[in-house]
Amino acid sequence: MSAGVLKLSRDDRPILIAALFIVVILIAGTGYTLSRFGSAPLLSPNYLLQQLQIGAFLGIVAAGAMIVILISQIDLSVPWTLAAAAMMATSVGGGWAIPVGLAVGIGVGIINGLGVAYLRVPSMIFTLGVNAVMRGLMVANTGGFAPQTSATDLMRTLASAHWFGIPAALYVWIGVSLLVAIMLQRTLLGRYIYAIGNKEAAAYLAGVNTRAVTVVCFAISGLMAGLAGVLLAGYSQKAYQGMGDAYLLPAIAAVVIGGTNILGGRGRYLGTLVGVILIVLLNSVLSIMAMPEAGRQVIYGGVIILMLLVYGRGERVTS
Amino acid sequence: MSDLALRARQNVAFLTAVGLFLVVYLIYHMSHPKGFSSAVLVQNADEVFTLAMVAVAQTVPVLAAGLDLSVGALMTMVGCCASYLLTGTTASMALEIAGYSLPLGSLPAGVPGLVIGMVICLAIGALGGLINGLVVVYGRIQPIIATLATGAIYIGIALFLRPQPGGKIDEDLNWALTNSLGDFASTVHIFSDGAAPWFAPFAGIPTPFVLLALILLIVWVPFRRTVTGRTVYAIGSAEGAAYMSGLNVNRARIAAFTLGGFFAGCGGLFLAIQTSSGNADIPQAGAYTLNSIASVVIGGTSLLGGAGGALGSVFGAMMLRVISFFFRIFDIAPLLQPLFEGVILLAAVSVGSLRVLRVKNTLELFR
Repeated sequence: MSAGVLKLSRDDRPILIAALFIVVILIAGTGYTLSRFGSAPLLSPNYLLQQLQIGAFLGIVAAGAMIVILISQIDLSVPWTLAAAAMMATSVGGGWAIPVGLAVGIGVGIINGLGVAYLRVPSMIFTLGVNAVMRGLMVANTGGFAPQTSATDLMRTLASAHWFGIPAALYVWIGVSLLVAIMLQRTLLGRYIYAIGNKEAAAYLAGVNTRAVTVVCFAISGLMAGLAGVLLAGYSQKAYQGMGDAYLLPAIAAVVIGGTNILGGRGRYLGTLVGVILIVLLNSVLSIMAMPEAGRQVIYGGVIILMLLVYGRGERVTS
Repeated sequence: MSDLALRARQNVAFLTAVGLFLVVYLIYHMSHPKGFSSAVLVQNADEVFTLAMVAVAQTVPVLAAGLDLSVGALMTMVGCCASYLLTGTTASMALEIAGYSLPLGSLPAGVPGLVIGMVICLAIGALGGLINGLVVVYGRIQPIIATLATGAIYIGIALFLRPQPGGKIDEDLNWALTNSLGDFASTVHIFSDGAAPWFAPFAGIPTPFVLLALILLIVWVPFRRTVTGRTVYAIGSAEGAAYMSGLNVNRARIAAFTLGGFFAGCGGLFLAIQTSSGNADIPQAGAYTLNSIASVVIGGTSLLGGAGGALGSVFGAMMLRVISFFFRIFDIAPLLQPLFEGVILLAAVSVGSLRVLRVKNTLELFR
């Protein structure tokens, strides 16, 4: 196994390359700030922690997105699941705020799962419909305006307090990450998820209740969106329309950049973690450079293609 | 006869969509306060054309089992280009990049300039689609994620062209294309300015409908009959089998994305002409992409590829739009409209799932 250091497994290579790319982003960004302002904010721990705090919301959404992608489905209902959870949590208020927000997320996830697993509607279109319904419900509920209710103290604390110098949101993200990583690697459910992603029919024949597992995966994805919504409402003091719109595609991009196969069945949670950090740092470097939105979009798309060209290339179908 | 029955059974999803649309649209017209009139038809056609075009654009890659998440972005980018190219004046164009001005020459004034401008716009759309196809085929990146990335790039270019909504489209062009055939004839001075007696029965037909039919007849129908077109369907059914049969899978896939880009360009061009401006609206681009997928599914094309067609997607798009027409004539609270739209969309896509009840072998569910 002496050559094992260089011979990385198929799933580890993307993670290493993405991690190297993060270093490149940091070096390039620091070079820019040094030459322009004579300072290196990107390397200060406080700045990095602040960026990671913002990244926690994306990271939590991405964890849920990854589980659904692993069973070769996709959850497009994230934006309004997130917003609905946040709005319900702030309007209920008090001690029940967070449980209600999370319950909304799980509920939407279960509906998604039932539609995909039992009705066999393609997840791409079913979750899209559920997203539209949630949007409709929230518009009808709030009257089309930003809700007037504000986040509870506990939500604000979880989202923006600092414990031992580290943002509380980061603890939540770390907790979620540990749970998901253990679930994927050490539990039966995790093995089922990879099995279904590889070939659902085979998993079914092997005795896995694939439909129940699918529902569970969507419920987890909904729960993560709900958790992110609750935290985000705490971070910005209130819930607002369209608060989830900026989380859907970056989350999917983070999962894919981290080496998870978009067709399911392959990928490590560590990769998703690295992918989220990459996207968050890329965003922050671009905003330091005062890059206009046009340039951001082009660079954003370019980076995804570049990373996938390096390690995300599929096999040719030849038989 | 049995041949006809077989064809009907194979196209049951498409026929359902058409039938449902006809019923719903008839109800809409019967309950419309002004009744059936050319003006209402023209208005409906204007509203449906762009989405129908984008839905057709989505259909072609979907038939080859590849989703195109960049159609909305491509549409937006072409629209922004059109707002520069179709002003109808001779103002010379220049690309301003970081203070440098790159002269691009100028288009002739009047009709020749407008025609050249429109051709350039459509070429830009096709080029965007070609790039999608090349990235998917030679980059070997999954279409859904590759087009997610190229879509971001196209939106970036659109934002670069039009940081704020603006631009201007030649007014005659706008008038000619977004009204009835009679108005078209009188604007371009054909058929005695549209007053020729034989022309009278056709004068009330909305121009966008005619354009839609022409584009499908001239581009889609011939393409579908070529070897490349058949290969697109074959890829969706069984890519491995298509490859082993000696079909040029790569070329067909690139063609599918290029054609999708061309159709998205048609949609963007019309949207710019209709609104007389270019607008790099990111939420709008996203909404068009998602609605295009919904139209494709409602129109009976399988998201797994291999079955369906462009005409179904056109009816799917019309179906989606008719739903919103209903809110205008029935007194539904505006706040409830998004909810109704969502529920109807969900119901429409769930109807197809009734086949699950007939499946005897559970294994058939997992394809």
